[in-house]
Amino acid sequence: MEKMKQLFKKNNKNQALSFLLVIVMYVAIEALLKTGNLKSLYTSMLVPVCCYCIVALALNLVVGVSGELSLGHAGFMSIGAFTGVIVSGYLSNFIGSQMVCFAIAVVCGAIMAAIFGFVISIPVLKLEGDYLAIVTLAFGQIIKTLVNNIYLGYDQAGFHFSFVKNTIELQSGGKMFISGPVGATGTTITSNFTAGVIMILITLIIIYNFMNSRQGRAVMAARDDKIAAQSVGLDIVKTKTMVFVLSAALAGAAGVLYGLNFSTLVPSKFDFNTSILVLVYVVLGGLGNMFGTLISTIVLVMLPQLLRALNDYRMLIYAVLLIVIMIATNNKTIRDMITGVFNRKKAEGEGE
Amino acid sequence: MSFLSYLITGLSLGSVYAIIALGYTMVYGIAKMLNFAHGDVIMVGAYVSFLAIGKYDTPALVACLLSVFACTILGVLIERLAYKPLRSAPSLAVLITAIGVSYFLQNSAQLLWGTDTKVFPAMLGTNQLVLFNGELMISYVTIATIVACIIIMTVLTLFINKTKIGKAMRACSEDKGAAQLMGINVDNTISITFAIGSGLAAIASVLLCTAYPALNPTLGSMPGIKAFTAAVFGGIGSIPGAFIGGLMLGILETFSIVYISSQLSDAIVFGVLIIVLLLRPTGLLGKKIRVKV
Repeated sequence: MEKMKQLFKKNNKNQALSFLLVIVMYVAIEALLKTGNLKSLYTSMLVPVCCYCIVALALNLVVGVSGELSLGHAGFMSIGAFTGVIVSGYLSNFIGSQMVCFAIAVVCGAIMAAIFGFVISIPVLKLEGDYLAIVTLAFGQIIKTLVNNIYLGYDQAGFHFSFVKNTIELQSGGKMFISGPVGATGTTITSNFTAGVIMILITLIIIYNFMNSRQGRAVMAARDDKIAAQSVGLDIVKTKTMVFVLSAALAGAAGVLYGLNFSTLVPSKFDFNTSILVLVYVVLGGLGNMFGTLISTIVLVMLPQLLRALNDYRMLIYAVLLIVIMIATNNKTIRDMITGVFNRKKAEGEGE
Repeated sequence: MSFLSYLITGLSLGSVYAIIALGYTMVYGIAKMLNFAHGDVIMVGAYVSFLAIGKYDTPALVACLLSVFACTILGVLIERLAYKPLRSAPSLAVLITAIGVSYFLQNSAQLLWGTDTKVFPAMLGTNQLVLFNGELMISYVTIATIVACIIIMTVLTLFINKTKIGKAMRACSEDKGAAQLMGINVDNTISITFAIGSGLAAIASVLLCTAYPALNPTLGSMPGIKAFTAAVFGGIGSIPGAFIGGLMLGILETFSIVYISSQLSDAIVFGVLIIVLLLRPTGLLGKKIRVKV
């Protein structure tokens, strides 16, 4: 019982820290923006950082909480982003308010990604371990290839759609939403930093509520010991499907945020490398640790920008840092050495 | 006749995938890790042979050997520096490290050789074997690729099954602890596995670049992912599986490009992979591991 209490305390602390971090960051950045102290380089990074935070949180739900590796989350972002572009482009003909358009686009993107997430989870969750990871990788590739071949336009006569070959001829005043490998062009930018932060907060609320719910505990039990969880009657496939769909929906919503932040968007943006990038944020932040994920995402997205002074060497240094951090945190000898140094300092400090 | 010619093209592409997949599958079998840096070792191998031929004008065979030598050393170095400290770490940590190594190799290549695409020199010439009164033309590169793959496969199977080191490898992949108790040097065995895998990657790089002569720092990623798929297709950890998986993937890709659509070929290949995994959850020749309580 004591242990349970401690666990809850730890969870609550993590939760409070996450919300605090987001709000403090938001206030600080808004203050900087208002006083004009933020370089335009960083201003342009604000929405992408929010977007990556949401995807990383969503992926941590799959990797950290349910313990399954997904290598295809960029696929869900892609679905969300292009759904969002279409919905917001279409609605802007009828609805004046950009905010309302954006909100509807986010919901539609999330639903669309959730549908795909559900379809994918049917085969995916039958498999185990590395094979499951590979199927998600395959789905990511399939989604990328399919989106690369979609042509969709809209004019007075309604929607026009073609696949692989562009056969669309629009009437005057019509607009192409997606044109194959070129992607979406001329999108009206409706994302902004405030919307991004609100979305992060909603994501955090959803995820923490889920983790503390009956289903969330069931998933974590299944992650820690599958056979034990099954033997007490937990329906593992059902709960894991829930996690996967929820995560897909959140990634889709993040995709909308991303897609509506740029006037042009190519489908190849959401490739295997993007999935991997987000996975790196999750693993470095700590599996199942949402606060850690937020910190690592913010730091790692900004790091290449901060290393800009080093020019060509920045990605090289990024890579070396990644390897060194992984080895330093996971190798027992080195970790003991580091904690040893800290403990000695602490002991000396206490001695004084 | 065109069907036969497509089949041979597919077999040749598949042979390259198979050789790369062997590297993936051997490393997975013994170290239980997905080595995502494998594709980038291919890229390094391609650049080494490109420089050997282009700058120092060495004969093709020497360039190939140089490339194998460089990649073997690179593979062992990567294993010693990046993966060995993580031997007992969770698999995700090793995966991220492998990604780090992959970034490192790609960016080093970018700094050393630039981002522009270079044209790989024709190593075996562009001569073609003409059969059936000119109805079937096969380039010698294609034949060389298929022959190389068969030779590698045979030698590797013999090596794994007949030699002492091969036996040590099999023992390590079954149970590292028990292997160590039997006096096998596990660290060395793993290093040898990486060396062989990387050497094979170098051979694959030469074959790949002879067939598709465009050189850039990210050239290894897509063949890497495809070969990885091939390894899973055949059952990851299984050497004949990688061979069959590679060949099937090559044929499947070529056929879907020719008969269906070149733009959709990737979707078709990965779609078939998913179906195969649904029917046989551990690949075509993979072992089924039962989890006991």
